[in-house]
Amino acid sequence: MSLFKERQYLRIRVDREADDSLWMKCKACGELVFKRRVRENNNVCPSCGEYFFLTAAERIDSLVDPGSFEDLTERIVTDDPLAFVDSQPYRERLREAQEKTSLSDAIVIGRGTIEGVPLILGVMDFRFIGGSMGSVMGEHICRAMEAAMAERRAFVLVSSSGGARIQEGMFSLLQMAKTVTVRRRLAEAGLPFVSVMTYPTSGGVQASIASLGDILIAEKGALIGFAGRRVIQQTIAQELPAHFQTETFALERGQIDRVVRREDLRAELALALGFFAGVR
Amino acid sequence: MSDERTLDLLEAKIEELRQLNAVEGIDLSKEIARLEEKLQHLRRKLYENLNDWERVKLARHPKRPYSLDYLETVFEGFYELRGDRVTGDDRALLAGLARLDGRPVVVLAQQKGRTTEENKERFFGMPRPQGFRKARRAIELADRFRFPLISMIDTPGAYPGLEAEEQNVGATIAESLQAMAGVRVPTIAVVIGEGGSGGALAIGLADCIVMLENAIFSVITPEGAASILWKDKDKAKDAAAALQLTAERLLALGLIDGIVPEPLGGAHKDFGKTADALKTEIVRRLSELSALPANELLARRYARYRGIGRFVLAPIPTPDALPPAVDAARN
Ligand SMILES: [Zn+2]
Repeated sequence: MSLFKERQYLRIRVDREADDSLWMKCKACGELVFKRRVRENNNVCPSCGEYFFLTAAERIDSLVDPGSFEDLTERIVTDDPLAFVDSQPYRERLREAQEKTSLSDAIVIGRGTIEGVPLILGVMDFRFIGGSMGSVMGEHICRAMEAAMAERRAFVLVSSSGGARIQEGMFSLLQMAKTVTVRRRLAEAGLPFVSVMTYPTSGGVQASIASLGDILIAEKGALIGFAGRRVIQQTIAQELPAHFQTETFALERGQIDRVVRREDLRAELALALGFFAGVR
Repeated sequence: MSDERTLDLLEAKIEELRQLNAVEGIDLSKEIARLEEKLQHLRRKLYENLNDWERVKLARHPKRPYSLDYLETVFEGFYELRGDRVTGDDRALLAGLARLDGRPVVVLAQQKGRTTEENKERFFGMPRPQGFRKARRAIELADRFRFPLISMIDTPGAYPGLEAEEQNVGATIAESLQAMAGVRVPTIAVVIGEGGSGGALAIGLADCIVMLENAIFSVITPEGAASILWKDKDKAKDAAAALQLTAERLLALGLIDGIVPEPLGGAHKDFGKTADALKTEIVRRLSELSALPANELLARRYARYRGIGRFVLAPIPTPDALPPAVDAARN
């Protein structure tokens, strides 16, 4: 496989195609594939293996034991403390994202088991304003860690985020401080935290909670980094290697522990968490 | 602020007249008084109602006092500690021991350059992984010997570059944050100029955050927000207002603890006065925090950061608007 092949997920989503079309064209291999087969295949192209985005629900479904997941995501929404308006009011942007995803913000948290191992799971949803972290996501990540502490369970966070939610200004930047503060307490409580980095894990999320796992696992095809390719090129016009910020780049430089294929992630988590089973 | 040059000219003129006035037999005191009154009036007109974008420009003003200026006046005997013990020494984020009113403290300070040459060395005040690793080392030193920790924030942000990413700059920021969250001594962060994003916050998770009157603290530069959200770099002025990044607005939002006043026109117009005011503020805050036992200090810090965020319960959704996440996952 070429480096390009591994670089990133295709920026298309299965669910964006009109619902009545049964077939979709994979942009990586050009093959016409049956949509239901793609869905059943964890949003991986059955023909060439290219990864498509998973929604939070699809990701959860692909990881936990059937019937074991209990959603703990209270339906809280930001009150838009800055009354932020850019080319569009933030409130409108939020409503659109909520309608599109049926989520109140960009993360789902809950309790469940993976191959019988109990855990608290948080999964970001990139469709919701790029999975960006504002007050609500920060709060849910903290509540998830608090649930893990209360129930003496492991914590697993699957990140898919471009970074801070700009529209919430300093409230969003400070979610880095907030999640890190609670993460410290989780460590003091002696509970394991496995951070799973997918496409993309960047900006303020990478520079806080996502990088502080006891074990860092990258999904194949992930993007991991602080400043994006475009920011670096615009600021200092530096030449960047083709595999910049890929999971291979991160692994070679000692930034992550392991790289796992999507279809193996469930077994991987069960394996990793198994070592900590006696800790509680 | 195109009129700033006029004020500078007027100031120079007054100084010239003062020197002439000192020569025997010449009395220009009336003329000087008249011009000073005029200058004061113009200053007020120019600086009293700054909009947010003008504050951004003031926070980045090339004549603005930088960390080292305060290190020499607010503190005594700055004893710099250099290097991250791994790859190098970052000149954009300084660390060391110093005394504040005779009391030993650990200082972290982001430092911009005055000249092109200095900026090359200091990467325009943008810290790299070396700097954040050094910060963590200094925070651990403060913890070990119970020295209070004072941070001075003045950076456009962490340096964006290949080398920084290769050394995992994001993780070094996260680790600096985590060290600050747990350090068992009073911590005070002062934003003296530009508080740029994660690179600034990395040394800003403190028990008390104060800002100079014309300093800014933001999740992203107004230029960055303009290009991402407005898709138009010329909208930086609108972005500056929307981001609510001034000291005044952040105090109103309850995100910082206090504002240190600056002279009309900015800290550089009367550095001595600004430094005095800053010292008074830091000493007062530190004595308040020092009265608390370490466990209470940590409990308060935890409560402060755990509580940051603004949200409300969403209206109860209609059945068909229930999140499919629940259904899908329960099947
Ligand atoms: Zn394909």
